[in-house]
Amino acid sequence: MSRDVTRRQFLCIVAGCAAAAATGCSDFTHTALFRDNFRDLSPAELKDILADLEKKHSATYGKQVTVGATPALDGVEFGYALDLSRCIGCRRCVRGCVEENNQSRDPQVQWIRVLEMDSEHGINLEHSDPYYDAEKVPEDGKFYMPIACQQCRNAPCVKSCPVGATWQEPDGIVVIDYDWCIGCRCCMASCPYGARHFNWGRPSIPADDMNPATHYLGNRPRPKGVVEKCTFCVQRVRKGLYPKCVEVCPVGARKFGNLLDPNSEIRYVLDNKRVVVLKSEQNTQPRFYYFFG
Amino acid sequence: MLHKRTPHTGLLALAAFAVAGLFLLQTGLSVTALAASTANAVGVGVGVDPHAVPVPPPPFKDEDVFPCSECHDVEDEPDTTRRQLEMAHEEIVLEHDQENRWCLDCHDANNRDHLRRASGALIEFARSYELCGQCHGTKYRDWKAGVHGKRTGSWLGAKQYLLCVHCHDPHSPSFKPLEPLAAPMRPEEIR
Repeated sequence: MSRDVTRRQFLCIVAGCAAAAATGCSDFTHTALFRDNFRDLSPAELKDILADLEKKHSATYGKQVTVGATPALDGVEFGYALDLSRCIGCRRCVRGCVEENNQSRDPQVQWIRVLEMDSEHGINLEHSDPYYDAEKVPEDGKFYMPIACQQCRNAPCVKSCPVGATWQEPDGIVVIDYDWCIGCRCCMASCPYGARHFNWGRPSIPADDMNPATHYLGNRPRPKGVVEKCTFCVQRVRKGLYPKCVEVCPVGARKFGNLLDPNSEIRYVLDNKRVVVLKSEQNTQPRFYYFFG
Repeated sequence: MLHKRTPHTGLLALAAFAVAGLFLLQTGLSVTALAASTANAVGVGVGVDPHAVPVPPPPFKDEDVFPCSECHDVEDEPDTTRRQLEMAHEEIVLEHDQENRWCLDCHDANNRDHLRRASGALIEFARSYELCGQCHGTKYRDWKAGVHGKRTGSWLGAKQYLLCVHCHDPHSPSFKPLEPLAAPMRPEEIR
């Protein structure tokens, strides 16, 4: 450790170990309980923590789980665009996201919510329905608007977090340190898009379906009592892959790329299409755009 | 700093002793620094040349249907009168500007293994997008840029395109409705 242990910290550690021992709570490891915020970790501490998490999750799910912490790529700011004239509301993205990002099946947590809207009302959230249950989609007179985290440049959730457990990375992704989150849900109250989700219960993921390729700030299994949300699949996009929802969309409505690369698909959309952002009056300045192809 | 916090001060209330020493020892151990992944310089753009992009082979419904010349003998004089097909391919119902077009507007009468442009120039099936692009120019332009249609692979590297005909049946191109996956649970149903 890079600094001396103070009396205060020593007592905390003593108390914490006793609590863990007394409650028999296996979620607590020394690295989860007695560490700094992710942004203040030394490389050595981070390595220790990742190894600890890998060991714990590998044991829980009976397979080799990796927990990475790949940092943002230089010269990259991610942007996302969704073609409202293509989306058919089939919810394949929702399933792909749940499976890729290890969302709890029970209680159900889903980062993407697909709203069905009436064509005659246009984009009007008050006339939208996320619970549509049609035999076939798209239905006549309807259009569909999937909503997940908008990765705002001026993110209200980041401002409202009292402990600094959520922040914006250099590539624009708003991330959460699940081990720093205190579960107060201020961020959920401040998000105008309903993009943040709370683990009211202990998340359950079937071991067979658990995606073992995880990122510390992304899809690693979350504890109960913390908030989670879309990270543009940080575990994929920092390796150069498309987010899972882009890969599974059967109509190719989802576009993703580097806003700083003038030749990227996302820049083509911004340069050539009619683009809207959701709730622009909130001045959240999303990196998520809706367009009409 | 704002996000600094003394770890779990609330737990101070639970005083305890022995086990601490072991944990303290562990956290004190110095380990090799994690080699931070060197960031890749990113500047690779999206190619706009469709020939540079790999497209999968055309999705023939029946593997034996191609090459067409297996059945369509080049020696025979083709019947180029517009008509309802009865001897073969009668399952194809044209719903693609059928009032103005028919088979031989896109299929070449004399070389069945190729498609034909309006000019009469031949096009391979594997490059059928050039045929579609004659009428659907704006969609063709967007497709080449990766914005119409699905792309998979890497946002900064190799990408996989699909041909127009992977999603649109060329004889009936409107996208066919799908069964949606289950609706999310309502909050009151979640326990």
